[in-house]
This record gives sequence, C-alpha cells and structure tokens, in this order.
Amino acid sequence: MKQNTRVVVGMSGGVDSSVAALLLKQQGYDVVGVFMKNWDDTDEHGVCTATLDYEDVARVCEQIDIPYYSVNFEKEYWDKVFTYFLDEYKKGRTPNPDVMCNKEIKFKAFLDYALSIGAEYVATGHYARIRRTNGKIELLRGVDEQKDQTYFLNQLTSDVLRKVLFPLGELTKAEVRQIARKHRLHTADKKDSTGICFIGEKDFKKFLSEYLPAQPGLMKTLSTNEVKGEHDGLMYYTIGQRHGLGIGGSGEPWFVVGKNLEENVLYVEQGRNNPYLYSDSLIATDVNWINEVEDTFRCTAKFRYRQKDTPVTVTKLDDDRVLVEFDELQRAITPGQAAVFYDGEVCLGGGTIDKVMKNNEQLRYVG
Amino acid sequence: MIYLDHAATTPVHDEIIDEMYQVEREVFGNPSSLHAFGRKAKAYLNRARQFLAESINANENEIIFTSGGTEANNLAVIGTALRNQHRGNHIITSAQEHHAIIHIMNYLQKLGFHVTYLRVNEDGRVDVNDVKRALTNQTILVSIMTVNNETGVKQPIEEIAELLQDHQAYFHTDAVQAYSLLDIDVKKTGIDLLTASAHKLNGPKGIGFLYVSENTPIQQIQFGGLQERKKRPGTENVVGAYGFYLAAKKALENRKANFARYVRLNRLFLQTLEDETIEFSVNGSREHAIPTILNISFPGTRTDVMLTNLDLEGVAASSGSACTAGTLEPSHVLEAMYGKRDERIHNSVRFSFGSLNDEENVVEAAKRIAIVVKRLTKQD
Repeated sequence: MKQNTRVVVGMSGGVDSSVAALLLKQQGYDVVGVFMKNWDDTDEHGVCTATLDYEDVARVCEQIDIPYYSVNFEKEYWDKVFTYFLDEYKKGRTPNPDVMCNKEIKFKAFLDYALSIGAEYVATGHYARIRRTNGKIELLRGVDEQKDQTYFLNQLTSDVLRKVLFPLGELTKAEVRQIARKHRLHTADKKDSTGICFIGEKDFKKFLSEYLPAQPGLMKTLSTNEVKGEHDGLMYYTIGQRHGLGIGGSGEPWFVVGKNLEENVLYVEQGRNNPYLYSDSLIATDVNWINEVEDTFRCTAKFRYRQKDTPVTVTKLDDDRVLVEFDELQRAITPGQAAVFYDGEVCLGGGTIDKVMKNNEQLRYVG
Repeated sequence: MIYLDHAATTPVHDEIIDEMYQVEREVFGNPSSLHAFGRKAKAYLNRARQFLAESINANENEIIFTSGGTEANNLAVIGTALRNQHRGNHIITSAQEHHAIIHIMNYLQKLGFHVTYLRVNEDGRVDVNDVKRALTNQTILVSIMTVNNETGVKQPIEEIAELLQDHQAYFHTDAVQAYSLLDIDVKKTGIDLLTASAHKLNGPKGIGFLYVSENTPIQQIQFGGLQERKKRPGTENVVGAYGFYLAAKKALENRKANFARYVRLNRLFLQTLEDETIEFSVNGSREHAIPTILNISFPGTRTDVMLTNLDLEGVAASSGSACTAGTLEPSHVLEAMYGKRDERIHNSVRFSFGSLNDEENVVEAAKRIAIVVKRLTKQD
C-alpha cells in the first residue's frame, strides 16, 4: 500500500528534512526529495549557499536511495513573502516571514508542485504532529517542547494539512540527530540554520538597508517627550528591544516601547517592567481556524515563538478578526508577529497581531 | 528507463569498452618516451589521430587531442584571439552557442575584445547576411556551431565559410553534435577550426579534438611539455583517443543506416504524440534539423515539472542548462530564437535519440509523455 503512495519531501539540506525523508522511506513510502530554491543569494564570488545546500540534499538522497530534484520558487517567494516582509517593515511592524513562507510557498506552491508530480502527500522536517480521526484533521504541537513549530504553521488549513505528513512530530531534536548519526547521514552534524532564511548570517540592518531607505530620527521618552538620542531608522527596532539603543547613564536599562511613524520618533522607556511595555488585549487579523471554533472561548495563546502559553479569551469580531483578552498583562506584544491559539496540545489556528490595547484603549505608538 | 538524452551523452559501445580495456592493459607507455613502450603508445595514438583526421578530410598534424569539446573550444577561441589580436579585436558568434562558447566569449570581452552575438531567427538559424553585416576589418574570428545542441538545427556553415574566404577572419565551428552524423569536409567547406567530442558518439568521456588548419595560427593557452606540437601540453590520453577512434569508426561506417534509423524514430515519436492528441509544437526548423534532436513545447506545462514527471515515469530527457542548486534556467537558445517573453522558453523539453532507442521504446516514451502532459494540463 505505502509503496504506491508517493510522498514528496521538502528537503533543505539540513538534518531535520534528511531524517524526515529517511523515516518515510523506512515506512515504505515512495519518497521523492525536492529542494526548493526560493532566494538567489549568489555573492560577489559567485558562491551561493543554495548550491551547497542542494549538494547536501543530493548526498543524503543518494544515501537513502531516493530520487531528488530541485524546484525554483524565487518569483513566488519574492511576490508573496518578501514583498509582504518589506511592506510590514515600511509600516513599522515586525513581520514573520516564516509564517508567510509556510502559508504561500511550502504548503501552497510547493504542495501544488508535489501534487503535479503524482504525490499524495508533502512532508517536511517540521516539529509538529497531525492527528487524523474519522476524517477530522488536527494540528498538534511537536513532542519536543523546545522545538515545537506549530507557531509557524498556524495559517495552514485542514484541507492543506490533509495532504501533509510531519514525520518528526513524535521525536525530539536529540533523537533526530541520533537517528541521523546512526544512519551516518551526510547532514548528521550539520549546523542548524539560524535567523531568517534569506538573510542567513548576514547583518540584518545592512540587509534591510539595501531594500528600504533608512530615515534616522530622534529617540524620545514617551512619558516626558524628552530627547534621549537618535535612532538609525524606525524599521531597525522592535517593541521590547533593549540592545543597540546606545543610551548610557546610570539606572535601569532602556527599552523600545513605541514608534511614531508620522514624526519618525522612536519611544523608549526605562526598566524591564516599565508599564508602557504592557498590554491587556489585542486584535489579530487574517485569522485562520484549522477547525471550527465557538464565537467566544477560552484557550491559551503564544504571541511570539518560544514564548510560554498564556491563558486568554478569544472573541470573534468578524470572519478573520478576533479580540484576544489576556488573563494577565503581557509584555512587549509586537504587531506583525503571529498570535497563535492552543487547546492543550492542539493548535487551533492563529492570526497576525494588528492592534495592541490596554484598558480598552489602543496603544497609539504600537502598531 | 527510456533514455532520450543522447545529446547530453551516450553509453560507450560494449565492444569498444572491451577493446579499450585491452589497450589500457597492454599499452601503458608514455607516447613521449623514446623507448619501445613509448613508441607503442605513440603508434596507437597516431592511428587514432590519422583516422580522425581523415574523417573530416584533414591532415594528421592538424588534429590536437583535448579533454573534450569544452577544452577544444577554449583553445580554438582564446588561442586564435590572442594569437591574432595584432590584426583586430572583433569576434562574431551567435547568441545560441553552447555555454562552452558563450562563456569563453564573455571572458574575452573582459580582456578587451569586442564580441558580436548574433540573434537567430525563429527557425533557430543564424542568417548569413547578419554575419556579413557584422564583419569589420577588425574581425579576426567567427565561431558558429554546426548543429545546435538544443534544437538540432543545422547552421549555414557552408555559406558562412564561403563568405569568409575573402576575409581575414578565421572560421571556427563547434561540431560536437554534428560530427559522425553529418558529412564534414573541412577543406572543401573552408573550416579553419573544428571541435569534436567522443562521448556524444558512444565513445569515452574525457577526450575530444580540435582541428586547426595548417594556415591558422593559434597560441597555446596551457603550458608544459611538447605534446600535441606544444598546443596542448600534458601526457596524452592514449586509451581515450583510441576509444574515440573506435567509436568514430563505428559511427561513420554506419552513418547512412543510423541516419535513416533516426529519421524513422523521429517520425514515429512525433506521430505517436499526435495520435495521443496532446498539444505540442516543435521548436526550430524541422527541415534543417538533424533527426536525433527534437525540442518540443508543451503549452500549459512547466519545463522543470515536466522533466521531474518524466523521470519519475521512466523517461530521461532534458532542457537548456542546469542553473544553480539543481534548478533550470530558461534556455538561452530558445530565448535567442523567440525573445525572453515567449511561453515556449518555459515549457519546452529536449528529446534526443541514439543508440539506446528502438521503435518500441520511442513509442512507449511518447505515450508516457502524453500521460504526463494530459495530467498537467488536466486533460485526463
């Protein structure tokens, strides 16, 4: 049965997708490895990390004896992910391109591609699980709490998840490395990639300045409008940021608490627990529910990756907007990031943080 | 698996492999050595050289063995340009040449040479009048391939050679796809430099030759010993050259029969696609094309998706050239023919016939192709 079921594995050249392909092959599927080239990062020496990663994909696929190919989504990635990424920064927000990449590329363009080469499923090396019960599809957190990636998968619909396999969901990262080493996979000890894929190890500020003009301006306190220094351009800062402000002097450290786009002013306040950093509710847009939910319900939520869940009450405002009220004040909620909702181990879906509020009033300089 | 990619490379004939093994065991000497071992190796090398020279009506001393087509092209183009720069700095080629010409030309531009890349028409042919218009008194070299490797279209090399009879420019042709299938006479045609490679005609990889006419001065671009009259230093690949000779001999002896067989397979393949009622069109002139190469556009598909599907269905074909990270770049040949905005540069596949094909597997391949096209264009 499984030998007639074709699964296309999205392979990045990293250890996770290598092991994902290996496990599916061991389970007896007809596995095809495909490398996605989404970004042209050829440097001045003609070196392109994608080429090196593709060579790793080739080596691993040779080892586990599956055919491998490459597909180019540079245009799709530019149009759907990178354009959005820049637009959000222009608006002074902090976007999450990984969420968008999963929604538009890995589980849309790539899924379509996989189906067009006869696949029944696409698989990736994400740390997440899918529960299939009597036709109901649910997205579950990965067993490895440290690595759980459902936060980035919140925009997937049940129709999409129906065609997806996550072979690593039941494993920890350590176990994945162990499996890779046991099978002497070429990528067993390859370093994990960090940061945003198209920026890689490069300097984020420098990268962004190549695409968006930076407008330096004043740094002021929000409470007293006192000038504390200058900023390099609002897009380089994110709410709650402490480092890189360059405000000296004694006392508690300074934090970014807001951005005034009209006046090009960055607001800062002193103290990790400064009240200006705190909010009690938010409005999220572009909300996706993996399965139907009530109009108002209690659940837990994450407002950034690797944050602990916090209890909230969610109220639908319309088809794709919700009000999220926190049981306890939350620190440094950042517009542009995802708000993702959970019921125990089940990921219910999520949306993009649009407005942040306190005492029923929108925080004017946040989002 | 059905192999329809003979323009990329071909398998070495079994009997040639056997004979090459035997030669490698018995004849290990260095042809430059003065003792019996060296003389024996040199005799084998020269037997190959003599046959290959005669196959294009050249003299033995006009054949330089190289590691293959790419090296022969480098020597031909760079060697001629550098040696003749006192007479001019202009070179003419076409935009549809193999990368082993285009990228050499790009390099020469960096060295200060002026290069004209001629457009080709929708038939996939260079117009000899364009060559004529591009010629100046500074032109020292014209390099136009004999047969295009992606479309199979034969170029008007006879007319170009004739045009250049009264001009100082030397004429080079990359005949890698044509050699052994078309009758080539460098003297009669007036070709000054010609590139050929063994692995396209069921010979071994790693061996090719450059024909350089006695009257064409070129500069060596690699330095070392005195081999190949100093034009290509380095210990000769004796067994490779010998394998090249054996493969060329076999191909030339069967040239007419092979040609007729490929015409039949080509027709059968196209007829099967038509019978399967899928939409397709052949890129480039069929009238001027060799029968072993068919470049076909399938509207509503994407080249990379087609090739992946075909491979998974057991049909090996290809398209332009591989780009970074295993992806494909749009064919520069089809771009030269149709411009950058034409759909055909994104939905075409090259099929090339050869020794591994017969009527049965060509029909079977066409049927599998039809299945894939129907699936991708939602006709099934």
